[in-house]
Amino acid sequence: MDQLIPAASVIAAALAVGLAAIGPGIGQGNASGQAVAGIARQPEAEGKIRGTLLLTLAFMESLTIYGLVVSLVLLFANPFAG
Amino acid sequence: MEILDSLRVLNYFPLAELEVGQHFYWEIGNFTIHGQVFLTSWFVIALLVVASLAATRNVQKVPRGIQNVMEYALEFIRDLAKNQLGEKEYRPWVPFIGTLFLFIFVSNWSGALLPWKLIHLPEGELAAPTNDINTTVALALLTSLAYFYAGFKKKGLGYFAKYIEPTPVLLPIAILEDFTKPLSLSFRLFGNILADELVVGVLVLLVPLFVPLPVMALGLFTSAIQALVFATLAGAYIHEALEGHGEEGHE
Repeated sequence: MDQLIPAASVIAAALAVGLAAIGPGIGQGNASGQAVAGIARQPEAEGKIRGTLLLTLAFMESLTIYGLVVSLVLLFANPFAG
Repeated sequence: MEILDSLRVLNYFPLAELEVGQHFYWEIGNFTIHGQVFLTSWFVIALLVVASLAATRNVQKVPRGIQNVMEYALEFIRDLAKNQLGEKEYRPWVPFIGTLFLFIFVSNWSGALLPWKLIHLPEGELAAPTNDINTTVALALLTSLAYFYAGFKKKGLGYFAKYIEPTPVLLPIAILEDFTKPLSLSFRLFGNILADELVVGVLVLLVPLFVPLPVMALGLFTSAIQALVFATLAGAYIHEALEGHGEEGHE
């Protein structure tokens, strides 16, 4: 029983950050693709598009970071490790 | 004494539970505080105060040196606030948003650039103040207070009307939003900074020389972006409270 909780926590931590990376990955790909299309269509708007893109990428990245926070809790501050 | 005893309940508040590694504990009254965070944030505050004093000590008409740098920073912050809050409302909020931005920015970069490891503590280690969840929660709660204050000051009790507009069906979600805003703000900053330091730490463990350098540069970039994101979101939330519903595209 004692071994079960650490093992399950490590697996859950890996799954938390891994699964949390899927959605933002797709979203960031979409956003970057659209940004490239926008720059190709209107090269003079590149500066503005890049600024907005970086900001939105940071928002999407924070979703993965939430998964990372959960996995950090499981690894370093596990409430069930007792 | 009784007041302090009742305050001790705060010690069991779950905010401080998230601890990675060791901390340098100080006991003040009945509180246990993380000394290393205080030391580094005092350093950051001192750095900012000294920089602004040096910049304003001898103000020239044609700015040079540090005055030039600080004027650039001020213009940057003013533009940021103006973009979020609009031409009419932004001026009173420049100090708040600017303080958030500068404190977070200098904290993040001090954690990444300064060789804190050379100073040994009895336990724990010096790092960016923002890699402790308590710092980021404090900053996020300040942001919550700020936008409530903005809403109440502008509209009085009519501020609560935004909870039941456009329809009262969305009331639970509107209330929930007030809790998720500080939660997401604090977790975003804390997670990003801690993740940077962990990645650099793991890479240094594997290859001590040169290989971690690109990751460190990436860390500098993301920490700057996170400071910008925090300040931008604070501005967006304050703007939302000033304007009422309608602009919820920032999450």
